[in-house]
Amino acid sequence: MDVDQATQIDLFALAPELAVLGASLLVLLIELFLHGPRKRFVNPIAVLGVLVAFGFVVALWLDGAQRSSFGQMFVVDDYALAFKGFFLAVALFVLLISYRYFSEIRTFQGEYYFLMLAAFLGMMLMPSARDLVMLFIALELVSVPGFIMAGLRKFDLRSNEGAMKFFLFGVLSAAVLLFGLSIVYGFTGTTTLEGVAASLSAGEANPLLLAATLFVIAGFGFKVSAVPFHFWAPDTYEGAPIPVTAFLAVASKAAGFAGLLQVTFVAFEPLADVWAPVLGVVAILTMTLGNLTALTQTNMVRLLAYSSVAHAGYVLVPFAVVQPGDAALNADAFSAVLVYLFAYGAMNIGAFAVVIAVARRHPGRRVSDYAGLGQRSPGLAVALTTFLVSLGGIPPLVGFVAKLAVFFVAVEAGTTLGIVLAAAVAINTVISLVYYLRVARVVWMEEAPEPEPEPVQPGLALGFTVGGLAVVTVALFVLAPLLWGAADQAVLIASG
Amino acid sequence: MQAVFPLTFAALLFSAGVYGVLSRRNAVLVLMSVELMLAAVTVNLVAFHGLVTTDVGDPLLSGQAFALFVMAVGAAEVGVGLAIVLLLYRNRATVNVDDADLMKY
Repeated sequence: MDVDQATQIDLFALAPELAVLGASLLVLLIELFLHGPRKRFVNPIAVLGVLVAFGFVVALWLDGAQRSSFGQMFVVDDYALAFKGFFLAVALFVLLISYRYFSEIRTFQGEYYFLMLAAFLGMMLMPSARDLVMLFIALELVSVPGFIMAGLRKFDLRSNEGAMKFFLFGVLSAAVLLFGLSIVYGFTGTTTLEGVAASLSAGEANPLLLAATLFVIAGFGFKVSAVPFHFWAPDTYEGAPIPVTAFLAVASKAAGFAGLLQVTFVAFEPLADVWAPVLGVVAILTMTLGNLTALTQTNMVRLLAYSSVAHAGYVLVPFAVVQPGDAALNADAFSAVLVYLFAYGAMNIGAFAVVIAVARRHPGRRVSDYAGLGQRSPGLAVALTTFLVSLGGIPPLVGFVAKLAVFFVAVEAGTTLGIVLAAAVAINTVISLVYYLRVARVVWMEEAPEPEPEPVQPGLALGFTVGGLAVVTVALFVLAPLLWGAADQAVLIASG
Repeated sequence: MQAVFPLTFAALLFSAGVYGVLSRRNAVLVLMSVELMLAAVTVNLVAFHGLVTTDVGDPLLSGQAFALFVMAVGAAEVGVGLAIVLLLYRNRATVNVDDADLMKY
């Protein structure tokens, strides 16, 4: 690649990102001219921007050709488009669940939607980035707005504290990641992912290089809140505004996994002998610790936070069975990760949407607040039960398909580690059912406290989100082959 | 040029930063230590760029360009970080990270 190639820009390939960028700037500008309660109208503008971007993603998908911009640094292929579609769908639901929450607390709405769209811009760059520099920029574009959004409730001490912890862990892990990247660059002489892979498979493994790969993986481990980099997650989730928590638990985590997929399956694939067992141990620790800690939680948001830590552990399982050069197995592992992430996105945002609806009446967010929800708001109660049971991995819901995908790929690997991982997934699924079903029991079996609280009114946007995602959670189980097929299409592994 | 000197320097700088992050309790000093780590990365990238150019060639100057991005992003991060520290100080009149313990387990 020479300089001429690197400066060539394909605007059509960049169109979804440009739409999101335009919408984010427009939101910031228009908010200046709106006053009082009318500031909430910036939300529909943001939604419109996301829909336009989604239209461009569909157009690019129909176009079918693999496009690239800035040399090979920014590539639009099936993998990138699948993730962009997923991120935009998540963005749409996050904006819908933000609408009433932020129009009621009436603070910094323009800034909030601007930051949210900026973070989603970073996420959309992530799966297209095929260069270490680009990958780093995308990661930071997701992280930095996240720090601010976590602290958006400026006068809430918990929000301050959550933002502080998130920020300190974030910059520390970014520095570690960068140090790893600089060493990788020094050894391979290139920053493109393919170039790194080619150089790594040609030369022999150097201990310093192996340490650098682990540094890089640790940097992404923070983003996906894998043990031992998970300490920030429960506190930040509890302190942040709940729509931001939903964003951090789903979108930001999926972006971390997108980056991790590219780094491990493409760039560091020749060194899989070293990092795969490490990620296997991390996966087991993450799911076990997340589930065991979730058992003792009495705060609904913290319970979902530890549940999301545990789910990161399940997603890490396919990473641990990767073997250098075994293209068939690696492709299966790759598509299992995609299936799990897409399923996890649908059910987890749904759960947070119900939490937002209930938290309007009960700001304490305690599990005991959900007592009698079955009588007070049957619709929300059914939806919440659907999401929780799906997170637990019971058929006929999409969570079961996801667990099955991960379990099968661990068994398919056939190694000792694979069998241990499959057993760990099975055991952890049982542990997790204890706390998911405990919440379901509170919802349906326990009487509401006296005097009877009013029914929870989710409102139009929130009601649509909860209902829509409940339908998706069931429908994706029925349409599981479709999900599998889409994931298989989007596989991206080292060529050669 | 001998690359071993800048690389050793970068490794020492990075270690000093890690030590600072782990041992300092003042949020501003923790931020400063993170900056040391980022500076180590910049030194590393520039030194490696010299090595790589003589070795295999690097027509896009990716090492030096990367160093510029690291500096820009580092500055943005510190801006956000200082804002968060300031917020904490306004609400609690302390910047000691150990005092931020409302939420545990």
